[in-house]
Amino acid sequence: MALCATFAIPKMNSVSALHFFNLTHEHQLWTAPLGRLFKRASTMGVRCLLCCLSSLFVVASNGHAAVVHLAVASNFAKPIQVLAADFEASHAHQVQVSLGSTGKLFAQIQHGAPFDVLMAADQRRPALLEQKGQVVPGSRRTYATGRLVLWSADPQRLTQSKAADSWPSDADRLAESERGAIANPKLAPYGAAAEQVLQRAGVWDNWRTRLVTGENIAQTHQFVATGNAAMGLVARSQVMEGDRMVSGSGWPVPETWHAPIAQDIALLNRAQDNPAAAAWMRYISSPRAAALIRAAGYGMGNASDRRVP
Amino acid sequence: MWSPEALAAIGLTVKLAALTTVWLLVLATPLAWWLAHTQSRARALIQAVVSLPLILPPTVLGFYLLVAMGPHGWLGQWTQAMGWGVLSFTFGGLVVGSIVYSLPFAVQPLLNTFGHIGRAPLEVAATLRASPWQTFWRVVLPQARLGYLSAGVLSFAHTVGEFGVVLMIGGNIAGETRVVSTEIYGHVEAMEFAQAHALALTMVVFAMLVLWVLHTLERRGAQR
Repeated sequence: MALCATFAIPKMNSVSALHFFNLTHEHQLWTAPLGRLFKRASTMGVRCLLCCLSSLFVVASNGHAAVVHLAVASNFAKPIQVLAADFEASHAHQVQVSLGSTGKLFAQIQHGAPFDVLMAADQRRPALLEQKGQVVPGSRRTYATGRLVLWSADPQRLTQSKAADSWPSDADRLAESERGAIANPKLAPYGAAAEQVLQRAGVWDNWRTRLVTGENIAQTHQFVATGNAAMGLVARSQVMEGDRMVSGSGWPVPETWHAPIAQDIALLNRAQDNPAAAAWMRYISSPRAAALIRAAGYGMGNASDRRVP
Repeated sequence: MWSPEALAAIGLTVKLAALTTVWLLVLATPLAWWLAHTQSRARALIQAVVSLPLILPPTVLGFYLLVAMGPHGWLGQWTQAMGWGVLSFTFGGLVVGSIVYSLPFAVQPLLNTFGHIGRAPLEVAATLRASPWQTFWRVVLPQARLGYLSAGVLSFAHTVGEFGVVLMIGGNIAGETRVVSTEIYGHVEAMEFAQAHALALTMVVFAMLVLWVLHTLERRGAQR
């Protein structure tokens, strides 16, 4: 009650209360008993209580601010924080993020998880959801393309690259005691791309015998960051800010060395009438969001409207 | 029903669980004995540390094992100094991780048994001039048979069901660190549900068998 009293309006009668809460005629119909109660309420305490209750009703029936629940692939963990903060600053809506591997999020969505939007690490899973009729038709598009970096937590380990597209010679062979980490090629698009890079560099035969695979790119980064793997192929957003390596040493893999890692977004059926989800879909295609995504180390490429059959 | 990869994972899991169980019974015996008989103030603290893996999420435990086992971690520094290399991503590393993870499941049944036996038989044995060693082998062990059995069964089963720790420190290497639980996980993630079902069914049948044996034993113990 003490809390209510702090915003009680002195000498409030029932009519001014309704005006204060900006109620329309429609609302007055069902709040009419409430108004009568207001009239009768003689003590300050009861008035305050009703004041609290009716304000709750008004907030609940007001559809302006909504929440969008995003299911986001774990490689996008860092950029999504920046994007969500920027979105919330410019919109009245709120963003809720659930991170996970695309495969897990996909399975959860299929079994009724309460997500509004899927931001996958690949194109396959959003396409599959569309085939199963769980996606709002026409909502699917590429929001980012992934970039890989050959990275070591040791600042001295990877220094022998002669040019932007020459594989560093100190990554040609892993020593007997060393491990090389990539994401699991079977599960993660970043892993499949990493395998292509190793083959293109001609080091696959040596690396294969000392390979450890993370279930997703976040775990792969963990293996390398803790020094358990001497080096690995991780997502650019994990280790670089702009063109600068945040820590350790590494070599950004040219985009042409692997098939593009196109990451698709899709609006899920349950969010068809969610204004926050619609606003998010518009926001993610805006030049403002594109600039943030690019700054986080992702390509936008020409893939922004590419579809997979 | 099983592919060669599945069979390899099953074999590896059995080997891991068996080795872990043997090590656990050896390590947990003195620990449980001390906990059962000490008057030390440190008892509650040590018991809390032993029970910690029950509470900690396996991925948290796995992450700290990964950090500790790494080339810069205290365990990693020590194993390297001993000339064993780094434990992460090796079968040996999984055994160490599993021992930590399943420790409470070995210690608790033994602790209960030792507490149940009490001091009286030990004192009687001492008056008959039995050495502590003889007392342990000929008095305690026969009486603690059921405790050891349930400690063994629980450690084995719990290690078979281990997932989070293996995922964190294993690195998913076929024939070295890819056990049944992580193999199932991989199949599910790759949407290979048929293979996942075959392995998962095996796990369910195994778990049922273990629990059935355990409860049968418990009943027999109670009837005694």
